[in-house]
Amino acid sequence: MDYQMVIDAPQSGMNRRVKTAVVCGLLLALLIGVFAAGALITDADVAPDFSKKLQAPSWEYPFGTDWLGRNMLLRTVKGLSLSITVGAAASAVSAILATVIGIAAATGSKWMDSAISWVIDLVMGIPHLVLLILISFACGRGLNGLLIGISLTHWTSLARLVRAEALQIRGQQYIAVSRRLGCSRVWVLWSHILPHIVPQFAVGLVLLFPHAILHESALSFLGYGLPPEQPAIGIILSESMKYLTSGMWWPAFFPGAALVLVVMLFDKLGDNMKTLLDPYSAHE
Amino acid sequence: MELNKIKRKQLLRVGGMTGKYLFRVLTLLLASSAIAFILVSLSPVDPVQQYVLGAGNVSMEQREAIAEYWGLNEPPVQRYFSWLSALLRGDMGASLLYRRPVATVIGERFVNTLALMTTSWIFSGLIGFGLGCVMGLRKGKWMDSILKRICLILCSVPTFWLGLIFLLVFSVRLGWFPVGLSSPIGVMNAEVSIWQRLYHLALPALTLSFVSVANVALHTRQKLVDVLESDYVLFARARGEGTWTIMKRHGFRNILLPAVTLQFASFAELFGGSVLAENVFSYPGLGSAAAAAGLSSDVPLLLGVTLISVLFVFTGNFFANIIYSAVDPRIRKERPHGLSNGD
Repeated sequence: MDYQMVIDAPQSGMNRRVKTAVVCGLLLALLIGVFAAGALITDADVAPDFSKKLQAPSWEYPFGTDWLGRNMLLRTVKGLSLSITVGAAASAVSAILATVIGIAAATGSKWMDSAISWVIDLVMGIPHLVLLILISFACGRGLNGLLIGISLTHWTSLARLVRAEALQIRGQQYIAVSRRLGCSRVWVLWSHILPHIVPQFAVGLVLLFPHAILHESALSFLGYGLPPEQPAIGIILSESMKYLTSGMWWPAFFPGAALVLVVMLFDKLGDNMKTLLDPYSAHE
Repeated sequence: MELNKIKRKQLLRVGGMTGKYLFRVLTLLLASSAIAFILVSLSPVDPVQQYVLGAGNVSMEQREAIAEYWGLNEPPVQRYFSWLSALLRGDMGASLLYRRPVATVIGERFVNTLALMTTSWIFSGLIGFGLGCVMGLRKGKWMDSILKRICLILCSVPTFWLGLIFLLVFSVRLGWFPVGLSSPIGVMNAEVSIWQRLYHLALPALTLSFVSVANVALHTRQKLVDVLESDYVLFARARGEGTWTIMKRHGFRNILLPAVTLQFASFAELFGGSVLAENVFSYPGLGSAAAAAGLSSDVPLLLGVTLISVLFVFTGNFFANIIYSAVDPRIRKERPHGLSNGD
């Protein structure tokens, strides 16, 4: 099978690496498109229109309308855009936290390492959703609680990865040589260890998105996130529950499916970035 | 004699490890209770205001009296320790939401949640393992790629949305299942038969198992693929063993333990999933209590549920650790050679 690929590659004009890069670009463009579209939708576009209440999906309203006659497609896109914003902020904070903590654990003293692993165990020991509820409660709910909660709880697994990676690099001979040649610890950290962590950081950042977005919607669904007039996916879905029993499936189905799609796109983007950046698979 | 000595040494080592582990668990439990306490104390919500909300006119003096009675004027550290000492005596305080002792509320709901989680845990474990085996055996074939795709989609599906879809399909459209609650309305608790309970449990359990099936399945698939590509399986094939014999002799033995360990280690996600599933189906378990407690600022209940959930997760991790280090013969034997990481 592998030989087949080698033979195929020149014919198609693009090798695997270029293809993966193109896919990455397309996925990124799509996600940015969703974000921009959501940002461009004004409140006036999703204003209630009682004459068009509870309409089933049609050409004019592909996702149907809700009980206030709002266009569900526009609300969904706006909600997704909001999810992406929250996801971006939270993943960025989480990824930076994870990198700093992971490197600190790997390069610091043994005491620091075990202290950090204790903290990671601690954060992982409380069920994620319960911890999010607690943090959101501490912040008095709302957007702040959501952002703080999601940013502060997603760093653990990436921190472990970064720690393992940094430990492995630290054991390399060139690090020892560098130290013997008189380079300071900070210099070694900055110019030998950190550059190797950057790919991990980038991939980890993108792969944190799906988790962050799913937790954002879960929290909003439970009523901890944004105020109910905001079109977050979780809020739309929790509102749709009231109309479920009367057989109205579109307010529940489409926004959730769109959310799943966005989450999967981010997953795909992360996976493709990983193959691109990982030296073992980069030239397959 | 020699054997006895080795056995005793091993026992001592296991004992030491267990002691260390227990110490770690104890500090972690204490710390998580402290974190939970700090977080709820940070909340801007005034507990007295929350308490008197339904009571109509309450004078300032009465509020003061309540605050005094609850010890709200004491410093937080002192409050934490008095809460902790009450906790150790089995007193978890009274729930503001249900106006009953937290321990009672949790006790009742824990049974429901345990039923829900156990069902979906076993279900997702068995189905996930089966799917993983099928995928691993058919690696690269159409069955594998379809199942794998489904699993990857399931990984991205929010629990509550899946619950909504199930509710829509099975309850509203097909009318097979009720739209919520763990028992029929208007029937005394004691008169609810086991069948009725199971009937109301089915959909939330199905939702919860669907969400966690993908993880086990994909993990098992990867393990089985690794095993099947190994040299000993190649040798077995060369000896003329069929697929089923290979699975029996090499496959299951190597992939069963990791799968079981993974299932035990997934208790935290299981609990998080049950919070969402219970809320969708208004199932009266711990999860819906946690969400409701946070929304109505019922601090004692929120703290109680948090502690129980933490204990639950640690129990799972404990079993995962035991299985990993005590049952697996490879890990059990590796340690005495001093190859372990120096502890």
